[in-house]
Order: sequence, then structure tokens, then C-alpha cells
Amino acid sequence: MPLIIAGKELRSLFASPLAWTAMVLVTVIVAWVFLELVSQHLDTQAELVALNSPTGVTDRVVMPTLNLTAWLFLFIVPFLSMRLIADERRAGTLVLLFSSPVSMTGIVLGKYLGILGMLTLALLPVACMVCSLYFGTALDSGKLASGLLGLWLTLAVFAAVGLFMSTLTGTPTAAAFATLGLLLVAWLFSTTGDGIGPLSGLSPATRLDSLLRGVFDSSDLFYYPIVILAFLVLSIWRLDSERLQS
Amino acid sequence: MRRDYAGVPAVSGVSFELHRGQVLGFLGANGAGKSTTLRMLTGSLAPTAGEVRVGGFVLQDQPIPAKAMIGYLPEHPPLYPELTVGEYLRYAARLRRVAAPAVSEAVDLACQRCDLLDHRRQLIRHLSKGFQQRVGIAQAIVHNPAIVILDEPTVGLDPIQIRGIRRLIQSLGQDHGVILSSHLLGEIQAVCSHVLIIHGGRSVYAADLTELDQPSAGVTLLLHLAAPPPVDTLRQLDGVTAAESLGDGRFRMCHSGGDASAEVLVRTACEQGWRLTAIQTESRSLEQVFIELTLGAETHAA
Repeated sequence: MPLIIAGKELRSLFASPLAWTAMVLVTVIVAWVFLELVSQHLDTQAELVALNSPTGVTDRVVMPTLNLTAWLFLFIVPFLSMRLIADERRAGTLVLLFSSPVSMTGIVLGKYLGILGMLTLALLPVACMVCSLYFGTALDSGKLASGLLGLWLTLAVFAAVGLFMSTLTGTPTAAAFATLGLLLVAWLFSTTGDGIGPLSGLSPATRLDSLLRGVFDSSDLFYYPIVILAFLVLSIWRLDSERLQS
Repeated sequence: MRRDYAGVPAVSGVSFELHRGQVLGFLGANGAGKSTTLRMLTGSLAPTAGEVRVGGFVLQDQPIPAKAMIGYLPEHPPLYPELTVGEYLRYAARLRRVAAPAVSEAVDLACQRCDLLDHRRQLIRHLSKGFQQRVGIAQAIVHNPAIVILDEPTVGLDPIQIRGIRRLIQSLGQDHGVILSSHLLGEIQAVCSHVLIIHGGRSVYAADLTELDQPSAGVTLLLHLAAPPPVDTLRQLDGVTAAESLGDGRFRMCHSGGDASAEVLVRTACEQGWRLTAIQTESRSLEQVFIELTLGAETHAA
């Protein structure tokens, strides 16, 4: 049942120009910076070899590219996720879901899988870009995999936050700005106190940073599922309470 | 199906049953609690007390099988303008747990019943209001539910569309249980077999409409006489059970003569030279009942 809702959600997302614009925007900006980084790397490669530096193309091109992508999506996801529930509430179509034989969990899960599918598709061009370096050089595949996984999980957190904000209101733009605000604040946690403050562990930026350095901490194994699950459960509660009160 | 409901001022005591093959008219003034009740019936609002039972399932305890037996058209049809009619109905059918191989057939059938076969490839955004309303009805019947609940389905439509939708509702009533909410008396009288009037959140009147129309209650006629006799003369006529003057030469008369009543009165009027200018049967009359109940309750409260 969630898959049916997710399929419809994907179709609606791609029926609006918003998703396409966002994907084109991300691809163009990332491609530009990526090429810039590659040419920079080519210019300084000789010096690095002379210095016997341990950093290679993976650290100097791939990881900054992925970091930039996450940063861009921080601004884009809120505007993709804002319509998930808020728009249905505004248009009165939420009733169709509520009166159908689908549980609240099914509805929330379907919506979440829909946006996650869309974001995964949007990541494909970026993944192809960094993987294209395989044609010219050797990459650290372990680091690359950990970086891509980190990026994907970061977007998954963004989407969960966006979905929850969208359940709170009937105005999509309000949901978008609330999501953006929360994500920005959380992102900035990682920079306070040199990234070692008590809150920095909560920030997706800190987590992504360590994954981009190829450090797969076992606490990450818990961090992402717990944060995502928490926001999904909150969304379910929120929708349920809407049914209970008037 | 049963429900009692108490505690919240919006709807404080509504209870009724509906069987397959009945069309239940749900009548009430604006704000009487019709939509709230319907939202509770369809599970998009939880009642604070009481229960909804659909088939053998209590909606609150087993929402999934209970909701699968309900089709609901809210006041504003829940349409996705960016989808085509076919895509939308396909989605609605899947949501209502129509098995994947049966979906196409179900969608075709719903389109056929709602006269949408030629519009399946059109975007819902591009349809007129009347067609959107039909799509709304189609999504409510696409999974062949036992109960179809329609909340004011003819609001905002032109008279021809209204006729089409009423005909559709009547045909639905043959093999589904239909609940039709409306504040239009004529609509209820035209299509429903039963009526439930709610006022101030309570059910105040329930009746079988086919009985209400029986001649046992007598035929009510409205007359306009240019040279009227005293009311007492009219009361003493054969077969007249009651007569009242409405002023200005107009009278309302109850007659026990069945179909022949009008003929008898016209003949008498001619013979006596009362100069009959208009005569009209007044179907006895949901309107009277409705106005008595709703206005009566208000003046009583005041």
C-alpha cells in the first residue's frame, strides 16, 4: 500500500516543474564546481606528488563535490517536501487518503518513500559525475561508497524533517521555510564550538563530514535510522491527532 | 450500521441504520452537523463516543476492512488536478484495495456509470465543474463499496447536470446503500427512499419517504380563487378534511379523495362560481416537516 502512494507521489512531483528545475539546477551547479575542482587538481597534481602528500583525487575532488551537493539539497529539499501533506490538506484531498483503507503509517511511509525515490533519482547525475573519474584515474572506492552513502542518508534526513513540517500546516510555503530553518540551524550546530559542542553530534553536517572522510562510525549506524524514524513517527502522531480532535 | 455520538457540540446524538438498496437522504440546515457526521462515518474524524459499524466491522477497531466497504465523496471532491481521469481513478482503486488485475475493469465500469469513458485521458485540471463532480462520484464507487456516501453532490451544477447526477444516484441505490447529504428538500424528495433530518447536531426525524407520499395522509391542494367563499364553506365540502386560508384568496386544503381530489374541487369551484385561477398539488410535504422541526426547535429554544 505505501508503494502505491509513493508511486502517485513521484508522478505528482515530476508533473510539477519544481522537481525538474531543482534537478537541473543541482546538476548544472555541481557539474560546474566539479569541473573546476578537476582542473584545479590537474594544476596542482605535480606539487602534491613532489610533496609526497597523502591526499588524492578522492579527497580533493570527489568529497568537496559531495559536500557541495548536500549543501545545495539543504535548500532544495524543503521546497520539494513542502507539498507532501500540506498541499493535500489545502486542496482537501487528504480526505481521500483518510477515508481509504490505509493506515496512517501507510500514508506517511508512502509519502516518505515517494520523496526519497525522487531524491535518489536527483542524486544519480551527481553520482555518475564523480564515478566518471574512474575513466581517468584510480579512486578510493571505499571512501567513494561511504561518501555517497553519507550523502544519500543526509538527504533522507532532510526529507523526513520536510515531511514532518508538511504535516503541521496547510500552507506549503510555511512548511518549506520551517524545514529550511530547522535544517540550517541543525547544520550550523556542527560549526559551533569547533564541532565538538554537545549539539554537534546531532547535526547531520557532523555525520556527513566524518562519512566523507571515510570514517564510518558505529554511532552513525544508529544516528540516521533514529532521526529518520523519529520524524516519521512524529508525522504519524500529528496526522492521527488531527483525526482525533476536530 | 449504528452510531451514537455524544460529547461534542457539533453533533450530539445521531443514530441510524442503512441497508443495501436504500437511498438515505441526510437533511439539515447549513451547519446542522451533516458534514461532521459524514466525516465520522468515513473515518476521517474520530467520534468522541459511539460507534460506526459497517457490515460486521466496527470502524474504530477495524478501520481497514470497514473503510474498504465505504465510498465517500466529500463536499469538495478530492481530486488531483495534475493527473488524468484514468490515472486518478486507477490510483483511487488501488488505494481502496482493488486487486491489481481487476483495476482496469473497475475503472472502466466506474467511468461507464459516470459517463466519463471519453474523458479518461484528459487532465482533471481541464475538466468542467460538472465533470469533476462526476470524477468525484466515480472515485467513490470504483471499488464497488457496500455504502456510498455523497456530501452535497449537486452543489454548483447546472440543472441538466443535476438531473444526470440524480439519475446516477438512483441507479446506485439499486445495489448499494447510499447516503446523500443535502440541504435541498427537492433533491431528497426526488431521489431518496428514506430521510433523516438532523438539526442542531441531533437526529430529529426519520421516515420512509415512500410512506410519506402515501395518499393515506391525504392530498394537499393549493387553490387560488378570485371570488372565494368563507373558509367554513370549503371545510364542509365532501372529502375535505381540513382547509385554511392563506389570505389573498389562496387556500390550502387537505382532501381524502386521492387522485380524484383535484377534479372534485375544480368541478365544485366552477359550479359555485368561485372563479378558480390556479390549482396545484402540494406533495405532503417534507418541507412542512422540515420547517416545523427546525424552526419549531429554534422558537422553542428562544
